[in-house]
Amino acid sequence: MIEVQNLTKRYGNHVAVDNISFKVNEGEILGFLGPNGAGKTTTMNILTGYLSASSGIAKINDIDVLEQPSLAKMNIGYMPEQPPLYLDMTVREYLDFMYDLKKCKLPRREHIAEICKLVKIENVYGRLIKNLSKGYRQRVGLAQALIGKPPVLILDEPTVGLDPKQILEIRALIKSLGKQHTVILSSHILQEIEAVCDRIIIINKGVLVADGKTSELAVKHSADRRLIVRVAGGHDEVINLLKRIPGVDKVTSHGEKEPGVYEFAIEPSHGCDVRRDVSTRIAARNWPIMEMKSMEMTLEEVFIALTRERLDTVRAKKGVH
Amino acid sequence: MSAVFKREFRAFFTSPLGYVVLAALGFFAGLFFYLINIVGFSSDLSYVFSNMFAFILIVLPLVTMRLFSEEKRQKTDQALLTSPVSLTGIVLGKYFAALLVYALSLLEMIVFAMIVAFQVTPDWTVFLGNCIGILLIGGFIISIGLLISSLTESQLIAAIGTLGISFMLLLMDSVAYQFSRIKVLTTVINFLSVSQRYSSFTSGVIAYDDIIYFVSMQALMLFLTVRVLDRKRWG
Repeated sequence: MIEVQNLTKRYGNHVAVDNISFKVNEGEILGFLGPNGAGKTTTMNILTGYLSASSGIAKINDIDVLEQPSLAKMNIGYMPEQPPLYLDMTVREYLDFMYDLKKCKLPRREHIAEICKLVKIENVYGRLIKNLSKGYRQRVGLAQALIGKPPVLILDEPTVGLDPKQILEIRALIKSLGKQHTVILSSHILQEIEAVCDRIIIINKGVLVADGKTSELAVKHSADRRLIVRVAGGHDEVINLLKRIPGVDKVTSHGEKEPGVYEFAIEPSHGCDVRRDVSTRIAARNWPIMEMKSMEMTLEEVFIALTRERLDTVRAKKGVH
Repeated sequence: MSAVFKREFRAFFTSPLGYVVLAALGFFAGLFFYLINIVGFSSDLSYVFSNMFAFILIVLPLVTMRLFSEEKRQKTDQALLTSPVSLTGIVLGKYFAALLVYALSLLEMIVFAMIVAFQVTPDWTVFLGNCIGILLIGGFIISIGLLISSLTESQLIAAIGTLGISFMLLLMDSVAYQFSRIKVLTTVINFLSVSQRYSSFTSGVIAYDDIIYFVSMQALMLFLTVRVLDRKRWG
C-alpha cells in the first residue's frame, strides 16, 4: 500500500531523513515514533508530496509520488501537525472547499454529513473556524483528511494539544478508521502509539532504528523496570542490603527525602523481578518501606534500550561515530 | 482551479478588504469623473482613466499581498499543495480571483460612459482602448504581486515589494533617458517600457504587439510563481 525505499532528505549539510525504507500493508495502522526533530514530519511531508525527497522512492498504491503527484495525492488524506484551516471560513464552507479541492465524486451533502458525524463536529458546523477551540479545530482538520474516503490516511501528531478525554476519543476514532484505511500516525508519546498502532517504526535523528509489531517492542521495553523505594532506615546499611539482593544490578541513592527517610533507585538485571526480595529483606530488618513503585521507562530510555545497538550498527556500516 | 478561485474570491468579501478596494477605487473614479467631466464639461473619459492609474498602483499591491504569504503563515498551503490540484491550477485560481475583484472595481467606468452618452456620443474606441489597457496593466501588477507574495511570509513585504517593482517599471522611461547615449540599452528599455505601451491604449490605439506584450509578461510572472512554489518543495 505504502512503500518507501532509501528515502533521504537533505537541507544543505543537515540530513533530516537518512536512507529510510519501510512498507505498510493494507489496513495496517503504523505508528511513527520519535523525539521532536527526528524526521517524522519530513517523512510524512514527502509521502504526501508537500516536499520532495533528495533521493529515494515513495509510492502510494504503487503510484510514485514524485512522478504522478496528482494521482498519488488522490489516494491520501493528510492531517498536518497544524491543521490547514482557513480561519475566516465556517466549518461548512471549509469542508465544501476541501471537497472541491480534492475533486471528490461522492455525493456531497451525504458524504460531508457522514464525516461530521464520525468526528463529532455537527454542532459546530455553521460556526467560524476562528471561534473554535483547539480540540474542535483538530477534529475539523481530521474531517478534512477524511474527505473523499482516501485509502491512505497520514496523521501528524493528531492528539497534540487536546485534553485527556478528547485524546481518548480521537485515539478510538483512529483505531476504528484503521478498519477502512491504511493509517500512518506520528507521535512522540509511546503510550499513544502502543494504544493505537499495530506496528511501530522508531526513528531518531533521521535514521530508522526499530521496526516491529507493537506487541514485540512492548515486551522488550517493559522487561527492564526500575524500582524506586523509600525506606526509613540507615542510609548506608540499606544500600549494602539492597546491593546484596540477587538480580540487582545497580543501586543509586536519591538522598534524604523526608526526615530519616531515604530514596533509592534499583536497577534489576535484564528480566529479573526483584520486588519480592526487596520487600521481604527490608521488612526482615524492621525498616518500614514508606513507598515502592516501578518506574516506566521514559521514551528516551526506551530509545537507548531499543536502539543503541541498531544505531551503532547503522553508524558502523557508514564508518561514523 | 475553480475551487481555489471560488475560495479566494469569497475571501476578499469575508474580510473588509474587497469592500475597501471597491469603495476606494469607486470613490476616486467618481471624484475624477465629477471634476473632469461634469464640472469641466468634457466628454473624454481618458483623463479619468489616467488619473485612476496612480491609485490602482497603490491599491493592487494590497489586493495581492495576502494571496500566498498568508497561506504560508497559516500553513494552509499544506492543504493546497497536498491536494490533487496542479501548482498551475492554484496560481491561476488566485490570479483570476484577484483580477475579478479588480475588474469589478472598474465597472463604474461603464456607468460614467453611459452618463456621457446621454449628452454626446463618446469616442467608443478610445473608451474601449482605455478599458483594455487598464485591465492589462492591472493584470500585470496583479501577476507581479502574486510572484512577490509567493516569495515571502510577510504581507507587508509583499505589498511594499510589489509597489516598488511596479513603480520601477513605470519609471523605466526616465531611467532610459539617463542612459540615452547607450543606444542598445535605450532600445531594450523602450521595448520593455510599460508606460509607453499603456499610453497608446489611452489614446485609443489597440495594437496587437501591446496586447501580446502585456499578456506574455503576465504569463511569465505566473510561470515564475509556479516555479517558486515548486522550488520550495526541494528546499
